[in-house]
Amino acid sequence: MVHQASQRGTEESPLAKWTLITIALAFCFVFLLLPLANVFAQALTQGWRYYCKSLLEPDSLASIRLTLVVAAISVPLNVLFGLAAAWAIAKFQFRGKAFLITLIDLPFSVSPVVAGLMLVVLFGLQGFFGKWLDAHDIKIIFAVPGIVLATVFITFPFVARELIPVMQATGTEQEQAALTLGANGWQTFWHVTLPSVKWGLIYGIILCNARAMGEFGAVSVVSRHIAGHTETMPLRVQALYEGTTASSAAAAFALASLLATLALFTLGIKTFLEWKQERAERLIVGRVDG
Amino acid sequence: MAQKRFNVLPGFGLTMGFTLFYLSAVVLIPFAALVIRTLELSWADFWRLATADRALAAYRLTFGASLIAAAANAVFGTLLAWVLVRYEFPGRRLIDAMVDFPFALPTAVAGLTLANLFAANGWLGRWLVPLGIKGAFTPLGVVIALTFVGLPFVVRTLQPVLQNLEREVEEAAATLGAGRLRTFTTIIAPSLLPAVLTGLALAFARAIGEYGSIVFISGNLPFKTEIAPYLIVIRLDEYDTTGAIALAMVLLACSFLLLGAINLLEQWASRFHASS
Repeated sequence: MVHQASQRGTEESPLAKWTLITIALAFCFVFLLLPLANVFAQALTQGWRYYCKSLLEPDSLASIRLTLVVAAISVPLNVLFGLAAAWAIAKFQFRGKAFLITLIDLPFSVSPVVAGLMLVVLFGLQGFFGKWLDAHDIKIIFAVPGIVLATVFITFPFVARELIPVMQATGTEQEQAALTLGANGWQTFWHVTLPSVKWGLIYGIILCNARAMGEFGAVSVVSRHIAGHTETMPLRVQALYEGTTASSAAAAFALASLLATLALFTLGIKTFLEWKQERAERLIVGRVDG
Repeated sequence: MAQKRFNVLPGFGLTMGFTLFYLSAVVLIPFAALVIRTLELSWADFWRLATADRALAAYRLTFGASLIAAAANAVFGTLLAWVLVRYEFPGRRLIDAMVDFPFALPTAVAGLTLANLFAANGWLGRWLVPLGIKGAFTPLGVVIALTFVGLPFVVRTLQPVLQNLEREVEEAAATLGAGRLRTFTTIIAPSLLPAVLTGLALAFARAIGEYGSIVFISGNLPFKTEIAPYLIVIRLDEYDTTGAIALAMVLLACSFLLLGAINLLEQWASRFHASS
């Protein structure tokens, strides 16, 4: 009760409060809810049957398949890297650690288009390895390997960045205890470290996956946009959108609705994990207080 | 060597080796390739390519629209963070979760749906276009797309700061007779400023590199609605790699300057809170 009374002087009048809430909700309505609802509404303008038919069309199916393949290669690679980098950075002291973390974050501050350009400069026909690759008949740019490389570059920091603080927070005592009790390095990693960073790892993986499946700019630069071959889902959305018929727009939105569903799914898991962590922290605080 | 005595954990060599190898292969070598190609250019050529009229128009739109969008996000993001932290209202948790939606939604989908919303027959365009507010295929469209993309930055930077703000200080101000508005402008606003500026800089940095959402909504008309990243793609389509590289270096230089500024802002913000 005392707490309640003391808050009165630090609260806005109900009028000011509800005006602020209304403006904030209006902003969210226009910039978050309408764009989301519009994706599904536009996808269904030609009816359910057309929605399903457009998704089963061979070039769209191929784009879904390619997106899944690209994510299935690039996400595990970045998970492996994230685990290695987090172990080295969180469990050991060495010089240049801050600089290494800055380098790992680098892809976040590079425009996706510039990331694609880097790969063109490296592997394109006029690029550093262009002649050699051409002589050996290996295609990277304008082919699937280029799309994978671009996606790996863009999603590079996600897992490492989530894991490093989590591993730092758990410290090294548990691992040292396991080693003292006779476990070897791998056993310690599998049975002690991995379970303790499980949720951070899942968090990193879903963010990495969402970005891998949705990447547009970098992939667009290194793909030749050949329907059925080098079109990922976002590229297919663009190709359909640039088609002139009304039904083509509906097909673009149908494919986009799958990506929007993925985004909602990602948000759902993310919110769940954050809620879980908040609860865990509250339990720890409660235990310490008690 | 010294840490060996204190740390018995194995695997430093293996994980560090793999980290450096993978970092080099995926990030550093492509980066170095771009820098080497740039250094092969003469300064005169670089300057000519980087400051062509079409490029200047593209920078103006990219930086202008990014700044307007980041400023809009600073205002509405601050408001949204305040409302989410301080007030209890129906749907608060849902809105809180939805703030990250622009991070999760592929940019192509964002561009597609925003272009459709603001087009003449779209849900919003239907009302706005007769009023003369054209959101699709105009510079305003670029601002709208960038506002959407940058929305989470200010909110997410500000929320923890607002949560940790000590209510006692506000209570003291109230006890001393300050009105709510005066408390806000003289007590609360100054301690939020570093976080708001950090969020603004993050949104701005994200906006200048943004490509996916804008190609759908802007129409990409040279000198009018063409952003710098789009011009890079055009140069590549013309097999003018050199032209693309010159533009890319300008964007990269700006990104790194911003990164430095953001680091300074974050240091300022943390010092602010350590001393308060």
